[in-house]
Amino acid sequence: MKKIFNKIYDWLDHRVDIQNVIQFIGKKYVPIHSHSVWYYFGGVSLFLFIIQVITGILLLFYYKGSADYAFESIQFIMSKVSFGWLIRSVHTWAANLFILSVFIHMFSVFFARAYRKPRELTWVTGVLLFFLSLAFGFSGYLLPWNQLAFFATKVGTDIVGSVPIIGEPLKIFLRGGEDVTGATLSRFFGFHIALFPGLFTLLLLIHLALVQRQGMSEPVEVEKLKPAEKKTMPFFPNFLLRDLLLWLIVLNVLAVLAVFFPAELGEKADLLAPAPAEIKPEWYFLFMFETLKYIPAKTLFIDGEVLGILLFGIGGVLWLLVPFWDKKSSKGLRNRTITYIGIFAIIFIITLTIIGFIS
Amino acid sequence: MSEFLSGVKNEKKELNTRRGFIKWLLGFGLTGFCASVFYPVVMYLKPPDQREIEVSSVSAGSLSDFEVESSKIIRFGNKPVLVIKTEDNDFRAFSAICTHLDCTVQYRNDFGVIWCACHNGKFDLNGRNISGPPPRPLDPYLVAIKDDEVIISKKD
Repeated sequence: MKKIFNKIYDWLDHRVDIQNVIQFIGKKYVPIHSHSVWYYFGGVSLFLFIIQVITGILLLFYYKGSADYAFESIQFIMSKVSFGWLIRSVHTWAANLFILSVFIHMFSVFFARAYRKPRELTWVTGVLLFFLSLAFGFSGYLLPWNQLAFFATKVGTDIVGSVPIIGEPLKIFLRGGEDVTGATLSRFFGFHIALFPGLFTLLLLIHLALVQRQGMSEPVEVEKLKPAEKKTMPFFPNFLLRDLLLWLIVLNVLAVLAVFFPAELGEKADLLAPAPAEIKPEWYFLFMFETLKYIPAKTLFIDGEVLGILLFGIGGVLWLLVPFWDKKSSKGLRNRTITYIGIFAIIFIITLTIIGFIS
Repeated sequence: MSEFLSGVKNEKKELNTRRGFIKWLLGFGLTGFCASVFYPVVMYLKPPDQREIEVSSVSAGSLSDFEVESSKIIRFGNKPVLVIKTEDNDFRAFSAICTHLDCTVQYRNDFGVIWCACHNGKFDLNGRNISGPPPRPLDPYLVAIKDDEVIISKKD
């Protein structure tokens, strides 16, 4: 067995020089310090993304992306296909855990100022990946074509419609017409399984290539230490094995969640039925949804919704461009404002999410 | 480097040692784990049995729908059935699935045969394969006329 393995290795090495690649991978070291634990969340997000790709492809084997059959095909998956309930439940749960993991990864990078020079592009691609993840969640939510999904999409796209100037045409583009209909489902299906995965993969490759090329970022305090005082661990295989162990744990958590709390389906979307009482967006949109409720209907001459969207839009752009306006951190100086902004954002998100849940 | 890829450098016969036992245990656990992941996936890929819609008879329309030497393909459960009215006002019905490679056949009144366009297979009006690649005759169906209606049913 070992002999065959060595032979294959040598054969490949002669032709494509794997030694080089392995040396390149072997050069990456993971810094060890009191905040090392946060390094794992990028990997966990990656793992959950892989799970989404695999379970997503599996679901495609039975799912039918049209208003007439979408709901029924998921019913079929949940009740007739062997382990169909498991695959769909894993897909739903992994989506939620993925967003959660991305949130943690993003905020840990933010607080550690890992976006500072020279890693601006890693941050920008990362935030774009985060936005895409939300878009994945929003588009995937409609695909079961049930009442909740139908109204969530109506509300969501309607909010988009209130953006000045580009809102209305964008809404019609997203909906494939004036209203949410089967045309919307077809579009969201296309976004969810073709457009977004393509974009995501491209950005992800750039993101990962940058991480590999530049190595792991160290917190400012650690960076200032003398080389002799720094502790590191080789990425390959030491850190990777720890990564894999954590992935195994995540997979187990997923399995437990999927088995004990399988995904629900609800009632089929009915274009003529009134909105159900318990209508709420997915938890990761809840804080924005809640905020819109608290903004007065008119501030000066601006509509409440428009104001809300403008605020979130500006917030999003500022967030995307953090490395370019936080000049202090790039110079190795302390910038407390960043800490305060981060803490404010977290408290804001958590508080409004909780209010959204109990109200 | 290839030593690294293939595992521990100086691998001895370790089966009887504690390390060997732990290795075996790990391998066993890993195998079990992989099996519990892949079993559902493999089972999922296997399409579930969809019961065919059980149909015993189907109407092909009224007598007046058929001209002499004309035909119609109707749905019989999930399968297409070819109904032909011959020149002597006789009704025939056959499975429209070519016995060669599953194409759907058609009635050609210009040649008086049932013809499969895919590989030029020909059947006569009794469903017998007369030329081309089809290996056996088309499966026949029963035709009954009931109050001006043409009823097709299965022949058992």
